[in-house]
Amino acid sequence: MSAHHPTTPSVILKASNLHRYLGAAENRVHVLKGVSLELEKGKMYSIAGPSGCGKSTLLYLLGLLDQQDQGDIWIADHLMSMACDSTRTAARNRLIGFVFQFHFLLPEFTAEENIMLPMRKQAGLNPTDMLKRARRLLAQVGLGDKNKRFTQQLSGGEQQRVAVARALANQPALVLADEPSGNLDVRNSNHIFSILQSIAHEQGQTILLVTHNPELAARTDVSLKMRDGTFV
Amino acid sequence: MLMSLAGIIFGVGFFIVTQAQTSGFQAFYIQTIIGTNSALRIEDRLQATYENLATGSKDNPAAFLTQAEGFRKYVQGIEYPNKLREAVADFNQVTAISEVVQGSARAVSVHNQRSADIHGIRLDDHLAVTDLETKVQLGDLNKFRFNQQSVLLGSKLAQRMRVVPGDYIVLETPAADNRRYLVAATFETGISQIDKVRIFMHLNEARSLMHKPFGESIFQIAIQDNDQAIHLAAHMEAVLGHNVMSWQEREKTWLEVFKVLRISSAITVSSIILISGLGMFNTLAMIAMEKTREIAILRSMGYTRQDISRIFLWQGSAVLVVGTVLGWAMGAGVTLVITQLPIRIRGIFSTDHFIVNWDIAHYGWATVIALIVVMLASYFPSKKAAQLEPGDIIRGTAG
Repeated sequence: MSAHHPTTPSVILKASNLHRYLGAAENRVHVLKGVSLELEKGKMYSIAGPSGCGKSTLLYLLGLLDQQDQGDIWIADHLMSMACDSTRTAARNRLIGFVFQFHFLLPEFTAEENIMLPMRKQAGLNPTDMLKRARRLLAQVGLGDKNKRFTQQLSGGEQQRVAVARALANQPALVLADEPSGNLDVRNSNHIFSILQSIAHEQGQTILLVTHNPELAARTDVSLKMRDGTFV
Repeated sequence: MLMSLAGIIFGVGFFIVTQAQTSGFQAFYIQTIIGTNSALRIEDRLQATYENLATGSKDNPAAFLTQAEGFRKYVQGIEYPNKLREAVADFNQVTAISEVVQGSARAVSVHNQRSADIHGIRLDDHLAVTDLETKVQLGDLNKFRFNQQSVLLGSKLAQRMRVVPGDYIVLETPAADNRRYLVAATFETGISQIDKVRIFMHLNEARSLMHKPFGESIFQIAIQDNDQAIHLAAHMEAVLGHNVMSWQEREKTWLEVFKVLRISSAITVSSIILISGLGMFNTLAMIAMEKTREIAILRSMGYTRQDISRIFLWQGSAVLVVGTVLGWAMGAGVTLVITQLPIRIRGIFSTDHFIVNWDIAHYGWATVIALIVVMLASYFPSKKAAQLEPGDIIRGTAG
């Protein structure tokens, strides 16, 4: 189902004319109304807008977690919007990292084990190398000494930093973050933002951040504003 | 999940125990009836009717008999035992033949009198086709062997007549011939219908007593493989022109009873496994509903639907493996304990303790039943979990 698309080499993601309806019958709502965008490698983007404007819905479409009703999405030059479930799933593992508003760490596992979960699926490394990489990522987010801790033994800010490290586990080209600091205090919020910013600028990965916070949005390389299902 | 595991352990264990018991008693019953009445018996000869003759062929007697199936006439007793013995001995599978002359008499002791079934035998021939030697309860078989005027009495008959080895009884035949015999020994087959009426005596003496100087005998035949008796009987019947009854045919009713008992106990005990399976289904279905967020996160990381499904199937497999192995251990342990339990059974066989049959097939069937139930119980929740759409779940949990 994948088809090559002649984008410029610097573009990691391109979406065109995305439409998405949610609900059924009289509750059916036209959430996204023909959204198009391009994300370049090594940049940090933000989408800001009021609640219900469709920014999270857009993020899930771009992250291949949801299926659009109309429009196309190319990731790394491959048409993903019409791809089969297994292709989209493989692309999520290989190309995309997610950070959600809630950390969504699995409580049965330690911090480093949570980070190793995407690596285990990709199966590109042996267990020793996976562990090394998990510990390096934990060190990168400032939690090098808490690798053996379970989720409930970490603070909210620490949990979210582990979630960021997990999103980076397979060195994805694109990291999608949905209100990653929405539940954190200012200090932790800034910490998370700094980590994401350094990933974009120092490691060349693309970050797309959805946020309510106009101050954070203003600090990104490109800030997009969304209202009523379209960019304004 | 622990309750389901316990259910699988008990279900598998009890399945093994009940099958070991029922098949143990069945095997012992078969051993008893073969030990008493032999694997094959020839009691009647087949007499051709007019229709048979019309369709028969000298070159192909088997075809003759098959075609004449509906017109067969049975004549009681073997007319020419010596000739038939030679013909029977030609079958490779036959290991021993005992000629028996049967008749009825009234047995009279000092204290009592009873109806009796007389079996005239050649002792050594009969010992070769039955386990009479091991069934002797009181007295000495050699006293019978060397005394033509002695008899062996069924244990219940001896009790009722209040005689013991060394006493004398009188046998009165319908031909009004009365003779006195020494009770050489008593025997107990465990089959009450035999033990309360049967008297063994020497073949020639029986012929003389019952005025049957020629023929009118039956054959009890021992063969190499008792399981082949039914096929050999059909073959011998076609060749010999006599009605040959296998133990399977003779004891069909009781064998059916044992079969029904085995099946019904298997069904009953399998219900424990089934209920455990329902419990497991319920637990896994609950997990699938409660862990939707975790499932969605795994899907967002690139875990496929099959991966999610495998997590549930793996849990089911773990319960299956642990439950089955512990169930095997429990089944074997309880079976071993049961063999030590005393129980007195007389009537269709004789035993003073539980009889079990150790058979790997019982363990195999228990495993197959547990496998089917557990895999079905895991499959449907796993399928439901795999069908979850991560976008819907994450959108639902977003603030």
